[in-house]
Amino acid sequence: MRPVLDALAAAWRHPQGRVGALILLIVAVAAIVGPWLLPDPLSQPDILAGSMPPGLGHPFGTDQLNRDILSRVVTGARISLGVALLAVALSMTLGAAVGLVSGYLGGVVDAALMRLVDGALAIPRLFILLLVLAVWERVPVLALILLIGATGWFATSRIVRAEVLRLREEAYVRAAEALGARRRRIIFRHLLPNVVGPLLVTATLAVGDVILLEAGLSFLGLGIQPPLPSWGGMILDSKEVLVSAPWAGIFPGLAIVITVLSANLFGDALRDAVDPRGA
Amino acid sequence: MSRVLEVRDLRVSFPGPDHRRFYPVDGVTFSLERGKTMALVGESGSGKSLTSLALLQLVPSPGRVETGSVIRMGETDVLALRGEALRRIRGRRVGMIFQDPMTSLNPVFTVGDQIVEGILAHFKMPRAAARERALQLLQEVGIPDPSTRLKAYPHQLSGGMRQRVMIAIALSAEPEILVADEPTTALDVTVQAQILEVLDRLQESRGMAVLLITHDLGIVAGRADRVAVMYAGQIVEEAPTARLFANPSHPYTQGLFASVPRIKGPLRRLNPIGGSIPAPTAWPSGCRFRPRCPKAFDKSELEPPLLTVEPDHQMRCWLAEEPNKNRG
Repeated sequence: MRPVLDALAAAWRHPQGRVGALILLIVAVAAIVGPWLLPDPLSQPDILAGSMPPGLGHPFGTDQLNRDILSRVVTGARISLGVALLAVALSMTLGAAVGLVSGYLGGVVDAALMRLVDGALAIPRLFILLLVLAVWERVPVLALILLIGATGWFATSRIVRAEVLRLREEAYVRAAEALGARRRRIIFRHLLPNVVGPLLVTATLAVGDVILLEAGLSFLGLGIQPPLPSWGGMILDSKEVLVSAPWAGIFPGLAIVITVLSANLFGDALRDAVDPRGA
Repeated sequence: MSRVLEVRDLRVSFPGPDHRRFYPVDGVTFSLERGKTMALVGESGSGKSLTSLALLQLVPSPGRVETGSVIRMGETDVLALRGEALRRIRGRRVGMIFQDPMTSLNPVFTVGDQIVEGILAHFKMPRAAARERALQLLQEVGIPDPSTRLKAYPHQLSGGMRQRVMIAIALSAEPEILVADEPTTALDVTVQAQILEVLDRLQESRGMAVLLITHDLGIVAGRADRVAVMYAGQIVEEAPTARLFANPSHPYTQGLFASVPRIKGPLRRLNPIGGSIPAPTAWPSGCRFRPRCPKAFDKSELEPPLLTVEPDHQMRCWLAEEPNKNRG
């Protein structure tokens, strides 16, 4: 855990990193506690009133079904962040596992896994997702997480593998082998802790990507299904009232921009902390 | 006297340019007796470290040990071992100490963790018992205040202390053979002496056989029972230590002695060997030392086998057949 804590601390000392981290923290806290404090994002107090501009009762206004946009944005944060974090966790686990095994064992295993990854990287991720989601009507949130996670690990596995190829030649890895340490032990004890840094950087940047990806899919009506609020879905709904009630689209849009930007700021700061030469 | 290690015709190859393999270790033969020390002496690039890695099949890929090579430890044919069987002899039959104690310890784990790792790789025992063993090992290698040091990270220790830890790790599974690859090269002279003293004491108390790999003839004298001098992937001279020191016969060995300064005796110029060791991709034809040898003669264009100089003393030089040509 030491290298992880050190990297996080260094990213916190980085001015941009701190801004990114603070905003992410605010978004995360809002996503966790917000839905309890705000009105039900599904309730339609006065459906005939339709969309109301931002005002005292509804700081962000209401959408055309008279639902409170602030509470929808906050609940959408819970869903978008939740989907992104879980999907990225899955991608990172798969990518790390494949990269570690491939890099350490080498030979036929490595060749087979890396050709598989080469093939997968040649197909656009969005294309695979659109294909599956177009066929699968009303996809459950869990399935969406699994799909996004399972299509996001290819590049990560290559990063981890490259790192392992370098670490494999370290004297302490050779010393552990000469000592008769088991493979599993060398992989988990000597290699994994040393790839956690690059993995963390990749993960943070991937969170931003996945938020965008999920928003894009939801905007197309293929991601999170209504009535669950999601940022992409809200922008889709606002399309019809873009001129008469622009706030219905502006606030979820801002939420996406701010969150993704913060994730990228923090990710870049982490990258500088883990690998100062790349700065 | 029992033989704990026998190496015969060991060849290690790497793929080279234009699909030809080259042989940084090319036909090495030696053996090791229980409780004895054998020194493998040579300059960088002579193949001595690669020889030691081959003993446990640790040659880094894409290198490989060629078929026809033989490595036996007692009844065990090491080169036939794979997977779990191979893992079981690593550390257990042979313990290894590497040159650089700075990089041979993993920076992110405590010293105690790394010794325990070696113990648990070979013995089934509770962690607490393994820690107790680790504590004893640290005591045995002469680390003061071992219970505190057990919890220290490598960067908190000095070079000498780290090398002691490396020795403790190498001994953790009680091997019968200890391979020490330049164990003192990275250390100060005073620390060097202490480390060698620890090695001597442990060898005595445990009856281990030691393969000492070094380029320093000074630490060979009075410590090794036998010496093998390596040059360009081959052993070029081998004899009991006293005999080799009294009568160094291969021109390369003579060159090594002439390039070491002496404290006693008349003042004389140091005579370094001209040139440097050839690259393993291009071993010279004939005698491999020929391009640098002051005594090369017409027969040197043929590759010499190991020839007898005197009983139990061989060298890879045609001068063995013509002793009167080989005077100072």
